[in-house]
Amino acid sequence: MIIAIASGKGGTGKTTLSVNLALAAHEPIQLLDCDVEAPNAHLFLNPFVIESTVVHVPIPVVDESACDGCGECGRMCEYHAIVSFGSVPLVFPEMCHGCGGCMRVCPRHAISEKGHRIGEVHVSTVGHITLIEGKIDVGIAMAPPLIRAVKSRLSASVPVLLDAPPGTSCPVIASIRDADFVILVTEPTAFGLHDLSLAVDMTRALHRPFAVVVNRMGIGDDRVHRFCREEGIRILAEIPDDRRIAEAYSEGRSIVDAIPAYRGLFHSILNQIGIVSLSL
Amino acid sequence: MKVALTTTGSNLSDPLEPRFGRAPKFLVYDLDSDTFMVLDNNKNLNAVQGAGIQSADTIARIGASALITGHCGPKAFRVLSAAGVKVYASSARTVEEAIDLFRQGKLNETQSADVEGHWV
Repeated sequence: MIIAIASGKGGTGKTTLSVNLALAAHEPIQLLDCDVEAPNAHLFLNPFVIESTVVHVPIPVVDESACDGCGECGRMCEYHAIVSFGSVPLVFPEMCHGCGGCMRVCPRHAISEKGHRIGEVHVSTVGHITLIEGKIDVGIAMAPPLIRAVKSRLSASVPVLLDAPPGTSCPVIASIRDADFVILVTEPTAFGLHDLSLAVDMTRALHRPFAVVVNRMGIGDDRVHRFCREEGIRILAEIPDDRRIAEAYSEGRSIVDAIPAYRGLFHSILNQIGIVSLSL
Repeated sequence: MKVALTTTGSNLSDPLEPRFGRAPKFLVYDLDSDTFMVLDNNKNLNAVQGAGIQSADTIARIGASALITGHCGPKAFRVLSAAGVKVYASSARTVEEAIDLFRQGKLNETQSADVEGHWV
């Protein structure tokens, strides 16, 4: 079972929610940090990395002696990662999605593939939590292949909490497309609602069941609640705008550890999404 | 010799567009016959990525040996160089003005990209 935590807007509390749910769970759990451009779940868990793997994407290499400059490769590439005009093609590794299409259409079989490093996957454990984290290399802009590499590490028999990247574009879609349930974290403000509505559209387009958690309850107004009521969206929980939470966060501490009174809130979310937690 | 220029319009008196990859149109001027044609670049104007590469490809295929534009990024510059298209940067107001400056040899050939590339 994969529970994805997404948001649309950045900084709403995806990682805070993911980490605290993982800590509050009373059974083995996998926490996937798919925010590969800025993975930060480890900051709150201080895990011991037991395995690091380098991730590559395949990019084309042209055998100049075999290429006759026909240009078929460039015509097939939707991303303009390879271009040719009667000469040996130019390759732009940063544009390449690694589909292998150019290699297949080359009539002279002049194209082969080599690995282009994009980042690393770290696997670590802390108590009952297995943290699987992707970390993209500086200067690499293509997150989805690394996100898929993170997800390929998960074990199907243990529940998964997946911390998604912000936004509603390719990296988020790569993260949540096969989730069994999506929790959209928002805040009760105009910005929160704007990006929540985009995230709702995206999640509906992917046909994923979802519900909302409202963070920093107490700021803003009731516009998010009105939206959820009108759209028939369930609100799983509200996390108050509590200064003690911000202080714990700034010290790299989890809420359940720093303020035990909040444990019940996370247990209640776990119960609602079907992960075993301590009884209330 | 054909010179390609980036523009927003379809006439010589129309503005020279400073962007290359996402220029709305390319005006291709034949210096020998003093005639020109206009190519629409709408496809790349709205492309998610690779607009510079694709636009450079268009310029190379049309047979232009020089490009006059405002700015040119690294990927487009690499394609234009490979295709033997010389790049001239100009802040001329109109296409006509840029062509005149080019004829008088007042435009300098750009030796490298002058703006950063965009992340996918």
